[in-house]
Order: sequence, then structure tokens, then C-alpha cells
Amino acid sequence: MKTTAEPGWLRWLLIAAALGFLGINLALPLAQVFAGALAKGIAVYRAAVVEPDAVAAMRLTLTVAAIAVPLNIVFGLAASWAITKFDFPGKAMLISLIDLPLSVSPVVSGLIYVLLFGLQGWAGPWLREHDIRIVFAVPGIVLATVFVTFPFVARELIPLMLEQGRSDEEAARSLGATGWQTFRRVTLPNIRWGLLYGVLLCNARAMGEFGAVSVVSGHIRGLTNTLPLHIEILYNEYNYVAAFAVASLLAGLALVTLVAKSVLEWRFGDAIAGGGH
Amino acid sequence: MRAIVGLGLLLSIAAATAPVHAADVTLLNVSYDPTRELYKDLDAAFAAQWKAKSGDTVTINQSHGGSGKQARSVIDGLEADVVTLALAYDIDEIADKAKLLPATWQKRLPNNSTPYYSTIVFLVRKGNPKGIHDWNDLVKDGVGVITPNPKSSGGARWNYLAAWGYATKTLGAAKAKDFVTKLYHNVPVLDSGARGSTTTFVERGQGDVLLAWENEAYLATHEAGGDKFEIVTPSVSILAEPPVAVVDKNVEKHGTAKVAEAFLRYLYTPAAQEIIAKDFYRPRDPAVAAKYAGAFKNLQLFTIDRNFGGWTKAQTAHFADGGLFDQIFEAAKR
Repeated sequence: MKTTAEPGWLRWLLIAAALGFLGINLALPLAQVFAGALAKGIAVYRAAVVEPDAVAAMRLTLTVAAIAVPLNIVFGLAASWAITKFDFPGKAMLISLIDLPLSVSPVVSGLIYVLLFGLQGWAGPWLREHDIRIVFAVPGIVLATVFVTFPFVARELIPLMLEQGRSDEEAARSLGATGWQTFRRVTLPNIRWGLLYGVLLCNARAMGEFGAVSVVSGHIRGLTNTLPLHIEILYNEYNYVAAFAVASLLAGLALVTLVAKSVLEWRFGDAIAGGGH
Repeated sequence: MRAIVGLGLLLSIAAATAPVHAADVTLLNVSYDPTRELYKDLDAAFAAQWKAKSGDTVTINQSHGGSGKQARSVIDGLEADVVTLALAYDIDEIADKAKLLPATWQKRLPNNSTPYYSTIVFLVRKGNPKGIHDWNDLVKDGVGVITPNPKSSGGARWNYLAAWGYATKTLGAAKAKDFVTKLYHNVPVLDSGARGSTTTFVERGQGDVLLAWENEAYLATHEAGGDKFEIVTPSVSILAEPPVAVVDKNVEKHGTAKVAEAFLRYLYTPAAQEIIAKDFYRPRDPAVAAKYAGAFKNLQLFTIDRNFGGWTKAQTAHFADGGLFDQIFEAAKR
């Protein structure tokens, strides 16, 4: 099974370096989170997790992700389909725009919405008159989350769809399939694993976003605090055990996401291989 | 099409999260950093009292953060029914920039609208290894001073002005700037809020002395178990008055004017003043103050109005862009 000409010690050194790096930067902090959470026993942990503000933060985080992720699936599919299957003026511009949230600081992303919908912003007075709350309420948090997460699905799909080319779709169309049929029967099966991966990344970021959400949240307890904001509050209130307990929930959500991905890959491994990727 | 669906979705969420007007009243109290524990206690006590008196259930939602940042949020549309901030200037800003309450707000309640007051003290490590007893010990070589950034934190502005006031009094006005520059030369890190600085000192173990609100210093020693830190009260400090106000335009909109007013009036009652003293703020009520006299050290307090000509003047001279603090901070870095 000798695949390369490198000496054995070099291979082991590289593996040790990679594992060591992972251990120090990922495994150790993660273990620390759970150790901190359980530092005062399981009863204290449970009390921190079922505390009403923590439950409200959990519910808000899940709600925000449940709105932001589907919106970004629709956006990501539409954008990557348009970019890879058609030629149109302004295509390069669209690609750079999709990357914008990755290069802009999340704090700026949040501030954009305060400047747009805040009381001193251009839409603020009108919104107040009609009693519609955007910033410092749930809609603002959803908007900020959608903004910071919208590259994830599109960035996964664009390279994949570029690599696959247009020949499958062109064949389908020449055989008489409608646009929708082509998308559903040809494009979607080809990209589903990339799409799934994009959705998972998007979801992880949506649940974990701190900066942008912090700017538009208003930090009202039990109403506009997401899990990451709630963790910061607990930490600042000398409530270290509770902070770590809630952090372990967030870490738990991330782990569930990862496990779901692995299970899907394992369960449908043949389908992935059959798809040619 | 997608945009319309998205907008519709957002509007329906906005509608679903809009307030309900019923016998259940909800107030939003936008406050500064160190009052978290205080208002947890006061909100519950007021709710019980209001329920007994009127039969209505009142829920008070809390938002906490650096005082200046919180004021900015209210200006930008965070719909606070009452604001309870670290200093009058931040509420002046809300009156000035967003016109949500009249400029004369501070005259509406007793004691400059401050139902409690505090001062700035030092928190040092157990045994006071660096021998810190008064302000002049803070400028010595090798003393690490922890204080937040006056640009964003209300508590930090009180800290700064307290140091300035001491220097003016003992060294003369001409030497004040030099003294404060030396002090900031000893500051290794400026956090954005008072609570952040406390965490830096208590949890991360940085610095030898924390400049803090008296209430924050007591709370930190209390939370840390009382055997790791000591409070040092300097010979002279500043009278720190964190004011409260009803935000007129917001309570009009919510129909909560009566409850909001009653809540702030409640803070002056003996029952609330007891809670205030127990949470380490100095009470205004003479009887309660006498009862807790042993808990708070006597010291000479100077005021922002007499020594600095009020907040507006202090803000312009010291904390505006290019003001004295900016000059001091530049010089201190060298």
C-alpha cells in the first residue's frame, strides 16, 4: 500500500502535527466547555439549561435559523443556477456581491440595518408610525442573519455546478423537458450533496452568529437574545457555570449537525458514489 | 416575487412580535452594565407591589450594556419605556438627538432623578501587595490600573473625572492633566464597559487595581468569595449619580405612561431603597441610609456640577473627539 515515496517518519510527523493542531484548537476547548458546564454537577447544569431566558434564547436561535436557512437555500439555488447555466451581463458583479458578507465585518452588516430601519434611518419614522419593528426585534435579527449567511449555499454550489457543466441540462432540454423538469430531475440530483453541505454550513453560522446580531438585537432578555448573546450575558454576570452550560447546548447543536451530515453520507454513500463525485 | 414573499414574511413576524395591549403590562427598562442584579430584584418587588395595588400583572424586560451604547440604541429605535443609565449626559443625548423626552427631564424626579447614588473606589488584590491607599498611588511605576474606555463606558467617565478631581484638589488645576496622563500610562487595557473591566481584573487576573463603581466593587468581592480582593476607599472621590427617566414618546405609543411613572416613583420608597442598599448602591432615603451607614464608608465627594460645570461641559472638554482624554491617551501611550 505504499502510495508515495516520502519516508515513514515524515508521514508520521505530518499526521502528528495535524492531529496535535486539531487537539489543541478543537478538542481541548470543546472538552473545556463541557467540563465547565458540569463543574458544579448535573443539577446546576439542568437548572441553567431550563431557565426561562435560556429557553427563550434557544427558541429564538432555532426560529432565526429556520427562517434564514430556507431563504438562503432559495437564494443560493437561484443565484448559482443563474450564474453557471446562463450568460448575462453583470455576472462577475453578482459573484463578487455574493462574497460581500464574507469580507465585510459582521458588525458593519448589523449597522447597515440600524442605519436603514433605525429610528434615525431613512425608513425609521415610517416604520414607527405603523408600529412595525425591524431593528431591536426579531425581524432585524433574521435580516442580519440572512445577510451574513447568504454566501454559504451559493459558494458551495457554484464550483460544483461549473464543474458539471451544462451538457446534462442541454440534453434534457433537447429531449423536450421543461425548465422545471430539468431542474428537478437533472440539476437537483446532481448537486444535492453540495447543497446539503452548504445548508449545514449555513445553519451552523446562522445559529452561531454573534457580531451582526449583537448590533441589531437590543439585548432584551427573554425576547431578543439569541444563544450566543445569552452566553455572553451569563459570562458577564459571574455566572460561569451557566454560561458554559448554555455554550454546551450551542456546541451540542453543532455536533448534531455534524452527526446528521455523517449519517446521511454513510446511509446514502452509494448514491454519492453513483453520482460520480 | 421572492422579495415580496420575503417582505411579507418579515412583516408577519413583525406583527406577531408587536406588543399586546391588555391588563398585562410590559415595560422595557434599558439600563447600563452593573445594574443587572439590582433591577432583577427591583423589578420583581415592583411587580408584586403593582399586582397588589392594581390587580394588573406587570412584566419588566431588561436590556443591559455600556451606558453610551444603550443610549445610542434608544436613539436608534430601541423602544425603552424607562431608561436607567450611568450618567445624565446619555439621557440628554436621547432628548437632544431623538427628541423622545423633554430636555428638562432631570427636574421631574427628586434628587436630580437619581434614586440611588454611588462613588468610585479601588478594588485591589488580597493583602494590598502594592500598598495602594489613595489616587497618588495609582501613578507610581509598576502599578497596573484597570479601567474601561471613557469613550464607550459611563463608569469609565466617572473614573476619569474622579482622578481629575483628586488631582485638581491636591496638586492644583494646572497639574491635573499631567497626573491623569501618568495614570493612563499605567493602564494596560481599556475594555468597552465596566463589567468587561471587572472580568479582566477578577477573572483574567490582570492589573493591580481596578477603578470601579462602589457597587460593582462590592459585587465583585461578594461573587469572588470575599477572600481574594479588598476594597480601598480613597480620601476623596466623585459623587456618581446614575439617573432614571420615563421616555415620553415611547410610553405614549405603548400606553404605559402610568406604570412607567409609578415604577420610577417606586424606586424612592423605603422598600425599594432597602433593596438598593442591599445591592450595594447608596440609598437616598435618610432612614434607610442610616440603617446601612455601616456598609458604606464616609468620604469626601465632589460633584460634576460644581467641579466640572455639569455633564455637557465635561463631555465637550474631556470626551469629545480631540478633547482632553484623546490628548491624554495619545501622550500616555508613549
